[in-house]
Amino acid sequence: MALRKRKNRKTSDEPQPPRRRKGGAPIIEMRDVTKVYPGGHMALDRVSLAIDRGEFVFLVGPTGCGKSTLIKMLIRELKATEGSVKIAGRDIGAMPEKKIPQLRRNIGTVFQDFKLLPDRTVYDNVAYALQVLGAHRGEIRRQVPQILRLVGLSTKLHSYPDELSGGEQQRVSVARAFVNHPPLLLADEPSGNLDPVTSIGVMQLLYRINKTGTTVVVVTHDREMVDSMRRRVIELYEGRVVRDEISGGYTEESTSELGLRMRAEMGVAPEGQTNGHTSESLF
Amino acid sequence: MSRLLFFTQEAFRALRRNGAPSMAAVVTTIVTVILLGVLIPIFQTTQAKSNEVRDSLEFRVAIYDDATRGEINHLQERLLAIPHVESATLITKAQALNELKQDLGKKKSGELLTQLHSNPLPANFRVKADDASNLEAVRAAVTPPGPNGKPKPISPIVQEVFDRQEDSRKIEQVTSALKIVLTVITALLIVASLMLVGNTIRLSIYTRRREVEVMRLVGATRWFIRWPFMIEGMVVGFFGGLVAILILWLGKLTIVDPLSNSIGFLAAQNDTTLSFPALVAILFAAAVLVSAVGSGVTLRRFLRV
Repeated sequence: MALRKRKNRKTSDEPQPPRRRKGGAPIIEMRDVTKVYPGGHMALDRVSLAIDRGEFVFLVGPTGCGKSTLIKMLIRELKATEGSVKIAGRDIGAMPEKKIPQLRRNIGTVFQDFKLLPDRTVYDNVAYALQVLGAHRGEIRRQVPQILRLVGLSTKLHSYPDELSGGEQQRVSVARAFVNHPPLLLADEPSGNLDPVTSIGVMQLLYRINKTGTTVVVVTHDREMVDSMRRRVIELYEGRVVRDEISGGYTEESTSELGLRMRAEMGVAPEGQTNGHTSESLF
Repeated sequence: MSRLLFFTQEAFRALRRNGAPSMAAVVTTIVTVILLGVLIPIFQTTQAKSNEVRDSLEFRVAIYDDATRGEINHLQERLLAIPHVESATLITKAQALNELKQDLGKKKSGELLTQLHSNPLPANFRVKADDASNLEAVRAAVTPPGPNGKPKPISPIVQEVFDRQEDSRKIEQVTSALKIVLTVITALLIVASLMLVGNTIRLSIYTRRREVEVMRLVGATRWFIRWPFMIEGMVVGFFGGLVAILILWLGKLTIVDPLSNSIGFLAAQNDTTLSFPALVAILFAAAVLVSAVGSGVTLRRFLRV
């Protein structure tokens, strides 16, 4: 699929405004997208934005501003009332329903409520994303433990979701979203249910995923988190884009540097004193 | 092939993890199949019985007691000469009494016969037509209209032509009413049981709707989600059908078979209705199919993108 291209784009030194690069369509492009729910509530009002491959973008705004609607539109859970939504240059509003599973397989999605399958173990939950693709057993046996090691859950392969903490469940969710290395990863309030320490762990994980070339879009209303990450921020307010800017610097820091800095800035105790395994296991 | 294995594993996992709803589905299937297994033969038996009544139409020609042997033989020849007559059997006075005794049963006839000092029953010919539809014509030929327009029997020794047609008509009316009632009941029960099965399936899928939603969001195609559910339905239908048929078979062995030796109504079931293996095969196939298709169809609601 056209979505899978240019895995390891070099992150640029200078923060750049969103614009089309030569030779490649943005991975997400929304043009004058309006969403009116049945009943008349306007969730999105002529939203236009473009996100390039390899970017790390925060989508912020108060509850009810249309963030979740926007995410749901990107995976065609919802259809735009007006305007066009393009993923990798392809208008997904006009996509036949048959192709939607294919689209979703190329977009990893992390949900606030994790959306894990309750009657499957951690291993099986992650494996499901590969089984859906028709992956072979060997492939699954190789990739699942690998990704679970990456998110630091190697010891919980055979636990069921209800036996895990919130942070652990969210990491399973991330592992599932990323196990087939999709070019685009959406995270809807990934830290919404988590304490700050665990949240930083999850953010580090997403940052690390972003460094492999995957475009990451994170929806959050955790302003502190956004401020300390210093990435591009798109703010929605009552269905409109009211801010789209990049806070400077730090694009070249390593994952552990990011973690340390975030802990410091957010006033969270350094590693080793609380919940150390969260970040340790990531590297 | 590996896909099929995967789907089957998924189905069994779901059955294991959703013990109570799965059990409910199996029990519902058992009840439904037993219901059908009992109703279908009953329905068919009533059908067969009324056909039998229609087939056995015959009439009797009563003879005066003072008829001579020669006159009787002559009448028999004339009766047999009538077109469409299949047989004309002489029932003597003694045989007629025996018939009555049999009809009434030993006890009653004993009482009756002690009160009767002589045999009041006439000897008669039992005339059978080759087909029920020809019976009326044969009857008319035995008593053709005379010169004065009144029916005049073909022989002076004929006392009376009587038949059980009145009775048969009544029987037929009753059985056809019975048939309608049974048809309605059977239809209602079939609808009710299908809805029951459908509802059970819906419930068990409804409890897992979130799971289905997650599968959709991860990018599973509809059939990828649907197959395990359908296989699950098949397994439920298989076990439900199996248990139900076992119970039906036991019922047949212990209740129907011993009784059918003594009661004609039940005996009729064995030769005129569907054979037991055929019934079992149909019920079994229906159980498996309905559960599987029911699961697949019910799932549609939750598969909308």
